Amino acid sequence: MTLFETLQSAWPYLVDGFRITIEIWIFSILIGIVLGLIACLMKMSKFKILQAISGVYVWLIRGTPMIVQAFVVYFGLSQAAGLHLSPFMAGMITLSLNAGAYLSEIFRSGIQAVPRGQSEAARSLGLGAGRTMAKIVLPQAFKIAIPPMVNQFIITLKDTSILTVIGLAEIVNKAGQYIMIHLDYFQTYVCVAFFYLIFTSLLMILAHYLEKRLSYDRKNSRS
Amino acid sequence: MTEKIVVHDLKKSFHHLEVLKGINLTVNEGEVVCVIGPSGGGKSTFLRCLNRLEEPTGGQIFVDGYEITDPKINLNKVRQNIGMVFQSFNLFAHLSVKKNIMLAPVDLKLMSKDEAEKKAMELLDRVGLSDKAGAFPHQLSGGQQQRVAIARALAMNPDIMLFDEPTSALDPEMVGEVLSVMKELAEGGMTMVVVTHEMGFARDVADRVLLMADGVIAEEGTPEQIFEHPQVKRTQDFLAAVL
Repeated sequence: MTLFETLQSAWPYLVDGFRITIEIWIFSILIGIVLGLIACLMKMSKFKILQAISGVYVWLIRGTPMIVQAFVVYFGLSQAAGLHLSPFMAGMITLSLNAGAYLSEIFRSGIQAVPRGQSEAARSLGLGAGRTMAKIVLPQAFKIAIPPMVNQFIITLKDTSILTVIGLAEIVNKAGQYIMIHLDYFQTYVCVAFFYLIFTSLLMILAHYLEKRLSYDRKNSRS
Repeated sequence: MTEKIVVHDLKKSFHHLEVLKGINLTVNEGEVVCVIGPSGGGKSTFLRCLNRLEEPTGGQIFVDGYEITDPKINLNKVRQNIGMVFQSFNLFAHLSVKKNIMLAPVDLKLMSKDEAEKKAMELLDRVGLSDKAGAFPHQLSGGQQQRVAIARALAMNPDIMLFDEPTSALDPEMVGEVLSVMKELAEGGMTMVVVTHEMGFARDVADRVLLMADGVIAEEGTPEQIFEHPQVKRTQDFLAAVL
């Protein structure tokens, strides 16, 4: 069989799986952004206890493999707390927590990369801390954070494949089902790889576009 | 004359380093006070205490009779009345020149968008940069950026202006354009406190010159007193070194 024939034959499986992949990815990055913002604000607040909670969260997530996190959420919670989550739910929780931890660090470094003089100027004009954050710091931090943010989105997209181990019917899982019947390992997985590659490439193009569009420090910037 | 700023026994320490060791000063309405002195003498810290960008560790500051060192005071309100110009300009990098100037009056609901835009164009005209309204800060020279920064501060209609070494980061040929804007402002009756290394400006424009060194005001007087007949050894040494 040619690659194209494999693609045709495996298409129903792969498209089904890819739909789940994209669904869980979108939910997870959306929740991850919210978690990341909260963790970032906690880390930057003046309350030691909030800083500590955020610190422990990031430390736990960064210090453990995601596959272990997924097992803890899916199998562990079920046994220890009687919480029987669906693979989709458990996977989404794991991915969100994961993305949130990394995004919080990305947001924080973006905010810290905005020179202090920018907020001092705003404060000296009489803007409060909140307005200064909203009008001066965040717009600049956002631009700085776009490339690492998109990078994290890409990592999260690829990490969805790990969730096949808890039985999530995403694309790798569905490819496995197809292969069990047709035994076409090489060509099926190459097709799967293409699915990811096309999507991650689109994200990279989007990031590039956004960066250009928001650019104010280039010669061709709009005035 | 009305007392605009009164500073009483102002102290500031960073950890164990005492930068300001009890400053007393009264600035009257319309007065231009230049603060000169060696680096590390506390000049900038002193200026930054006047709008509480630095938190004083002791003493009191009164502006228009209100104690701004009172922890309960609405600091944002106070700052609207005190313009500040920084050594490194600090124009908002993501906003055009016009939007830099319009931001605060509009955001603080002091002006409508149209009013603020009109005001911005007036101010740009005044600092000679009407043609740069749509430009971004990075497209301007240092001198132009600093003039925009002055216009931005003036957009709030402050009655006090603080200048923190406004020409120190400029190429020599751009110093003049900024100083002449400041001079016009002084002639227009603005109350100004200027930390500067431009002795010529201090001599020509200041009503009073302070020499600050080692966290105290070593000497103060009219420009003539300070530059022609300095009494204190610290002042004599400093002037001998810079002039």
